[in-house]
Amino acid sequence: MTNQINWEFPQALEDEAIYILRETVAQFEKPVLLFSGGKDSITLVRLAQKAFYPGKIPFSLLHVDTGHNFPETIEFRDWLVNTLGLDIIVRNVQDSIDQGKAQEETGKYASRNALQTVTLLDAIEEGKFDACIGGARRDEEKARAKERIFSVRDEFGQWNAKMQRPELFDILNGKINIGENVRVFPISNWTELDVWNYIVREKLEIPSIYFSHEREIIERDGLYWPYSSFLNTTADEVPFRQKVRFRTVGDMTCTAAVLSEADKLEDIIAEIMEAKISERGARIDDKRSEAAMEKRKQAGYF
Amino acid sequence: MEVLRIATSGSVDDGKSTLIGRLLYDTNSIPQDKMEALHAASKRKGLDFTDLSLLTDGLVAEREQGITIDVAHIYFSTPTRKYIIADTPGHIEYTRNMVTGASNAQVSLILIDARRGIVEQTHRHFFIANLLRIPYLVVCVNKMDLVDYSEARFNQIVEDFQQMLDNAGFKGQEVKFIPISSLYGENVASRTGSINWYNGSTLLEYLEQVSFDHEDRNHPARFPIQSVIRPRTTEYHDFRGFAGKVASGHFSVGDEVISLPSGQKSRIKTIEQFEKQLPVAHARESVVITLEGEIDSSRGNMLVKTNEVPPQLKEISANICWMDQLPLTPGKTYLLQHGVNRVKAKVQQINYITDVTNHVQVTDKASMTLNDIGRITLKTAAPIFADPYQSNPANGAFILIDEFNNTTVAVGFIE
Repeated sequence: MTNQINWEFPQALEDEAIYILRETVAQFEKPVLLFSGGKDSITLVRLAQKAFYPGKIPFSLLHVDTGHNFPETIEFRDWLVNTLGLDIIVRNVQDSIDQGKAQEETGKYASRNALQTVTLLDAIEEGKFDACIGGARRDEEKARAKERIFSVRDEFGQWNAKMQRPELFDILNGKINIGENVRVFPISNWTELDVWNYIVREKLEIPSIYFSHEREIIERDGLYWPYSSFLNTTADEVPFRQKVRFRTVGDMTCTAAVLSEADKLEDIIAEIMEAKISERGARIDDKRSEAAMEKRKQAGYF
Repeated sequence: MEVLRIATSGSVDDGKSTLIGRLLYDTNSIPQDKMEALHAASKRKGLDFTDLSLLTDGLVAEREQGITIDVAHIYFSTPTRKYIIADTPGHIEYTRNMVTGASNAQVSLILIDARRGIVEQTHRHFFIANLLRIPYLVVCVNKMDLVDYSEARFNQIVEDFQQMLDNAGFKGQEVKFIPISSLYGENVASRTGSINWYNGSTLLEYLEQVSFDHEDRNHPARFPIQSVIRPRTTEYHDFRGFAGKVASGHFSVGDEVISLPSGQKSRIKTIEQFEKQLPVAHARESVVITLEGEIDSSRGNMLVKTNEVPPQLKEISANICWMDQLPLTPGKTYLLQHGVNRVKAKVQQINYITDVTNHVQVTDKASMTLNDIGRITLKTAAPIFADPYQSNPANGAFILIDEFNNTTVAVGFIE
């Protein structure tokens, strides 16, 4: 059924997201936009540009750099920031490790995904940010499907799923107690396809790894892992070259590639419509357990 | 492409989550890896079938207990439209989450277990759908397989429901009854042939043809100001625009408007949507409006047309649903947020609390507790410009915020 869909972007979603961004700036003293270099945060930057036009985007971007990013993502980030004249704060997970606040994982599944929460919470405290705008969508994962648009976190960044504030109509209550902060999700109601369709409509640039390219990969647990110096491999995991692309962009140690020839946006959309695997099916970090995301959220993950 | 928002509600074990799982499954909206995860999770629970409800119960505590605690949002699309389902809990102690989920819905889907018929929860859900004035009500009589697909049983439930409607429905509400079996997929997205006496549409067919409620575009024009955009750059040195989302009605360039509460008049010079200039802005569109003359307006103020000025209220009579563990106490001051405008408000009186099962008003209550629904009188520190919820929902609702712990404690509907 999905392949017959006429993908006209639902304008109501943009109107809603712009409304949410404006409420965030009006209700909080120091909002910040959590920027990963992925398509969802690129979409947020576009929405912010539109929400305050002809004024400037009235907040900074914050990038928590794990040190395990795809080089293409970092390159793109720097290009975007320069082109649009944005302010960006970069904080490094490596510093948290050096300070002894976070400890590197070991073994072949080692990643810095969980570690970035430590760096993020420190950056929030340091910058005194009371609202962190994120590109999470409710269709991504079932714990995210439960989250409010203004999601209150305690001093330790924790999400209390059982005690969420009621959120009625489009009335947003951003009042918080000292030490608390709010995670704001303007594109909560967008699906993966909505985002792609928006990228097409708005003619947005995105990192090259979303498009088909040749790269060294290894096969592990039925997934194609990008081969890099960050990945701990075993002797029998031999890298080989393959045409792939990435459907979601996280770290090189927790994002799997999909075999693909799609090198244009239209082809990517056609591919997603026919895909039998969900977007987060390529997120190795979600596969740790059924409640992986809920547990990370409780710990302050975005 | 349009977005249809649906709220589902049912009582414990009515099979609500299974129904949603079925809708997703039958519209090919469950990717293979999620389906495999469902098979595996069902097996771990010792079930010999794939439990589709595990798809929506996203929290550990929910999967443990097999119940829904909080609203989950689920998305699927057909060639016709995009759907957002707010899957809300049926348990009485989570009524506030149900109201949360239902507040944005155009369709309310009520599930009834064919064996049990109308229960206390059905009354509550029906009452809330009415309170929110959701225009479309779909009553799915589920588990028809467990009553041998009996037409007589279905008719009995329809008749019982009809009685409730006669007592409490509202004009313009459209009600549809469908006999279904979500476990076997009967009348959800297709027919399996088990119910040959029913010739009406399946649930999905019904949802596909529901007409969109654009009634808010015909309501009086209301533009709550979210912020003032003043770039002060060389290029836009004198630019002063009012950013907001049109709550109801529409505004055109050249319209004469009044800013409330100041009462100053002006004319709309431009309506802007990023780099585009629009001739008109409709309800729910986010725009920036600039005016001909300089007038005093800021966040929380409202632009309206000079011939459609809303009432100025300082004493408010409203139905509310109480949503906090701490009870409402008359005499206490709260923050009232109407759209994007906040004022202090004091609860003068609890007029009555409604017993939603028996449609009786109980007048001798000194306080309202969690999940109570009733009528109160409030006094605000400054006037608000609101319409009665029944005539213009987009400008007739508010929330109450506890000043001490900042949480949202109630939703109100202005009389």
